[in-house]
Amino acid sequence: MSVQSINHKREWQRYDRKAGLVRWLCWLIGLAVFVWCWQKISVGTEWSFVLDAPEQGADIIGRMLPPDWGYANTLMRPLWDTLNMATLGTMIAIFIAVPLAFLAAQNTTPSALFARPFALFCIVASRSINSVIWALVLVMILGPGVLAGTIAIALRSVGFIGKLLYEAIEETDHRPADAMASTGASQAQVISYGVVPQVMPVFAGIAVFRWDINIRESTILGLVGAGGLGIQLNSSIGNLDWSRVSVILLAIFATVIVSEWVSARIRKAVT
Amino acid sequence: MAEALPPVMGRQWRRPPVITSTSLRWFIFIGTALYLVVGFATLDVNWQRIAQGWERGQRFLGGFAPPDFASRGDAIFDGVLESLWMAFAATVVGIILSIPIGVGGARNLVPPPVYVMCRSFMAITRTLPEILVAIIFVKLFGFGTFAGFVTLTFATIGYFGKLLAEDIEAVNQAPLEAMRAAGASWLQRLNYAVQPLVMPRAIGIAIYRLDMNFRESAVIGIVGAGGIGATLNTAFDRYEFPTAAAILLVIIVIVLGSEYLSAFCRRLVR
Repeated sequence: MSVQSINHKREWQRYDRKAGLVRWLCWLIGLAVFVWCWQKISVGTEWSFVLDAPEQGADIIGRMLPPDWGYANTLMRPLWDTLNMATLGTMIAIFIAVPLAFLAAQNTTPSALFARPFALFCIVASRSINSVIWALVLVMILGPGVLAGTIAIALRSVGFIGKLLYEAIEETDHRPADAMASTGASQAQVISYGVVPQVMPVFAGIAVFRWDINIRESTILGLVGAGGLGIQLNSSIGNLDWSRVSVILLAIFATVIVSEWVSARIRKAVT
Repeated sequence: MAEALPPVMGRQWRRPPVITSTSLRWFIFIGTALYLVVGFATLDVNWQRIAQGWERGQRFLGGFAPPDFASRGDAIFDGVLESLWMAFAATVVGIILSIPIGVGGARNLVPPPVYVMCRSFMAITRTLPEILVAIIFVKLFGFGTFAGFVTLTFATIGYFGKLLAEDIEAVNQAPLEAMRAAGASWLQRLNYAVQPLVMPRAIGIAIYRLDMNFRESAVIGIVGAGGIGATLNTAFDRYEFPTAAAILLVIIVIVLGSEYLSAFCRRLVR
């Protein structure tokens, strides 16, 4: 912020000349990159399809509108499968992620030279691939079904739970652990009595949060053949059966909202 | 005190349980055990199919040694570029659109009806999984990057708008009050009392969202919305496992790189 004299009058300006110039240059570069990106998208787009989108949209909504409520009964089994994939997947992920997190955290790792990089690599690899892509790979290997979806959910969640948990472990108060070590407690005892009680509430919060995200993801994994509501959605869209699609979309919406509410309640109770 | 001591003496110390209520603890244990039995029983594992898929899985893993970057190198390169500019354009447009909605979702700036409207719109955009939105937009706009661009824009609005609204609500109220007392208009208050306080964190969120949009673009391509996901899907459909492995490695490397880059930029801004 500066006061400059312009035409012999002193006026307040937000930025001095140099800061103003730098900001202006940043905006210019950003704008140029955006225009370039837009051009690339525009070249690859069939604009006549885009322009008749309102008609298409009205048409689809018209076909969706009396939802085929009778179809909701057949959705019960896929809904159960969806919940199963999310819950079992989260549980499997917890079993893998907890040891990984203790290996990865600086204050509990048994060896900073070997175990820690290995654990960090596992966490990063799992985290950077989306569960839909995991599902795509697993469906090819295990065949379509709930099992592939469960494992896909588990593999993706390991990285998420592992990362948040090892950060929580590193942030624990080290004084209780130091005190126990000084009285002659073993490493395992220090972890079990000095670290675990401190991270327990955080851990419960992370697990429930991931479960909530997993419910949302498992509703769509069926699109690549991994079981649950997505399979029904895929076949209904394939058959152009829009009155069924609307029922499935409503079911997904309701499931996601309920799981979000449950997880918010549990997290509030835990912390 | 003297009466309370003897029963404690001579007994071993036990750590206090995490869930203090005994009945609730047993209820949760038994409930979990029952659920696990039922859940695994309804999992429907088809061992025969797994045995068949084993050979395919080995071929897929074999694809990683060595991954084949060359034979479809052009397609991979184009896919990555497509993903990148789709993500960038969507982030820019999404943020421009989410600023009015985010401001509208801040309780300290707008009247209650506007607040409720903006908040519920953002809640809906965040609840729908991106891939579902992508399917709908692919139906509306046809296959290709435009549908992907609209999907990512839509997702950005909900995410960025919500965080922006929360930031604005958490802003220091003193400058706002001072400007109101000095007779500043609503726009002036927004520009001089709110914007400078929110800006650094908003830039951080924007960079993070760009990173997220790239990751999502790898997924929505599977349902026909362009980008590296489409290339990956084609490779799987043709059973070209070495190429698929190469694409997966490229995705991992770019996601990691962009994550470090975005963390670095956010530290720079703060």
